[in-house]
Amino acid sequence: MATVTYLEAIRQALWDEMEQDERVFMLGQDIGTYGGAFRVTAGFLDKFGPERIVDTPISESAMIGCAIGASMMGLLPVVEMQFIDFISCGFNQIINFAAPSHYRWGQQVPIVVRGPAGGNVHGSAYHSQNPESYFHHTPGLKIVAPGTVADAYGLLRAAIHDPNPVLYFEHKYLYRRLKDELATGSDGVVVPIGQARLAREGRDLSVITYGAMLQVALEAAGRLEGDGIDLEVLDLRTLKPLDQEAILATARKTSRVIVLTEEQTTGSVAGEVAARISQDAFEWLDGPVHRLCCPDTPVPYSPTLEEAYLPNVDKLVAKVRELASY
Amino acid sequence: MKTTGKSWGPLHPKTDETQPAERLAKTGLPRERQLELYHFMKLTRMLEGRLGNLYRQGKVVGGLYSSLGQEATAVGSAFALEAQDMMGPLIRNLGSMLVRGVQPREVMMQYMAKSDSPTGGKDGNTHFGDLKRGLVAPISMLGAVIPVMAGVALAGKMQGKNLVALTYIGDGGTSTGDFHEGLNLAAVLNVPFVLIAENNGWAYSTPVAKQMRIKNIAARAAGYGIPGEIVDGNDVLAVYEVTKRAVERARAGAGPTLIEAKTFRMKGHAEHDDAGYVPKEQFEEWKPKDPLERFERHLLGNGLAGEEDLKAIVAKIDAQLNEEVDFALASPMPPPERAFEGVYA
Repeated sequence: MATVTYLEAIRQALWDEMEQDERVFMLGQDIGTYGGAFRVTAGFLDKFGPERIVDTPISESAMIGCAIGASMMGLLPVVEMQFIDFISCGFNQIINFAAPSHYRWGQQVPIVVRGPAGGNVHGSAYHSQNPESYFHHTPGLKIVAPGTVADAYGLLRAAIHDPNPVLYFEHKYLYRRLKDELATGSDGVVVPIGQARLAREGRDLSVITYGAMLQVALEAAGRLEGDGIDLEVLDLRTLKPLDQEAILATARKTSRVIVLTEEQTTGSVAGEVAARISQDAFEWLDGPVHRLCCPDTPVPYSPTLEEAYLPNVDKLVAKVRELASY
Repeated sequence: MKTTGKSWGPLHPKTDETQPAERLAKTGLPRERQLELYHFMKLTRMLEGRLGNLYRQGKVVGGLYSSLGQEATAVGSAFALEAQDMMGPLIRNLGSMLVRGVQPREVMMQYMAKSDSPTGGKDGNTHFGDLKRGLVAPISMLGAVIPVMAGVALAGKMQGKNLVALTYIGDGGTSTGDFHEGLNLAAVLNVPFVLIAENNGWAYSTPVAKQMRIKNIAARAAGYGIPGEIVDGNDVLAVYEVTKRAVERARAGAGPTLIEAKTFRMKGHAEHDDAGYVPKEQFEEWKPKDPLERFERHLLGNGLAGEEDLKAIVAKIDAQLNEEVDFALASPMPPPERAFEGVYA
């Protein structure tokens, strides 16, 4: 097994799928000759040709619409958003065409829309967003957000073969910072959509999280060991449909829960997780369920402002201590 | 931009009652096929008549949409497709759907929200599709079907299926972003795609002049580097011929065509809308250009059919629709638990 970055795991998943299944093809801006803004598809054009690596105009709605049509015909399109922020330009196609298609007329739409999400790279308001909650509300969609190398690989492969429209939000902060061993090709491990993963077992307090915040939670857990606070960390991995069982199990086990995400707080996926715990694990709780998210502002540019904006280890440790002594 | 050539003639030819032989476009369609065209246009109109009755009886639970006056555009264009081709009809393309094999009972049950409707009561009106019959279901957001059908065309090309994808848009729908994005993408990718813009004068209560500053939608084709054609949308033979040319062009690998069909919406946006905002003169101007009556005059005047032939077709449709109404009415409403099923595939 080779050690690869999170970005290389995404590339490898696409590569393995393209190689093994000729129905898989990609649509995106600058994904051909240039190899994608983050080089995710570097080398793909030479290997798979312009028929399967389709460079498109700057038309997110048409790109996604085109993928929807192609998927109905039995192909498995993967659409790259250059930055996931631009998915809003294709909102209508996703929520009105793709998402309700199976419910309305029984038609599967097996598309994947993927792209770099998240902040902490000074991308400011339009290159740092976490748009999951806009889509979390919409029936028919699946949403995944890997926080490990293995999940970056395995969830993408699962997403491509899921018969439903899947939004795959990859965190750009992790692209080259996160490294791990990865089995690929025919040894590659597919990660089923819909299953959370217990990233760290603990007794005292649960942090439920995903994406880049997973690393924040694990680092905080290490720091809190010295204080005698044993954190449990649940990595959601799939945001829609949520793994209700795993969420309730950890809440009932530790009785104290912080939901840690990189979204703006109001109307967040974190809010939905908190609501489910409050409704279905109320009698097990020893304190209020906390959402530790970003404030309700656009994503700021300056490092001092973005640091103030994003959750981090210090903020989580403080919140854990607060809730532990509730 | 070019027009349909010799077959075109004046856009709104005066009807001459002393000369019953209506001069429609020249066509290579044999008599039998022309009678099929007549059948589908008449079926469209008579089915919409029955749907109107059901609506007034309170059996239609939602809105009812009519294509009165536009039957030639729908039927003529659909008739130019081959079995392997794909189509994305919009709300005024009931005739296109009938040509593709949709049965009247399916449409009736959709409108009445019945359990046996193609969507099982989950969606209404003509909002259903069936890939086996080459039909992609539309959504209400106009323009959205254009990139989707471009994707269907792209897939067909990649899969070597030799198919053409066709969809429609109204004059109002050309103002959307997806019209531009979708047509441009189709053009850049050079996929086998045909877009028919039905210019029927009105988008709900908004006249074309408030939708665009150009006279002809077809002029927009130049902006995408593709051919734009203008056709008399009330001449079913002209619509058939121009669509057939575009379809053949697309199938030969020459890319998309934009066809503007000049026609008129003879009713309101939907059944609830009396179209009081449309000047009476416009209805009066277009009434003599009724596509069905023009085609009847063509068939009778040019010796392709006698009164008895047409009466026989009408009688057959009438008998069929009686059965279809009975069947549709007999279907139960869907079981409530179905509301929760089928979100995911």
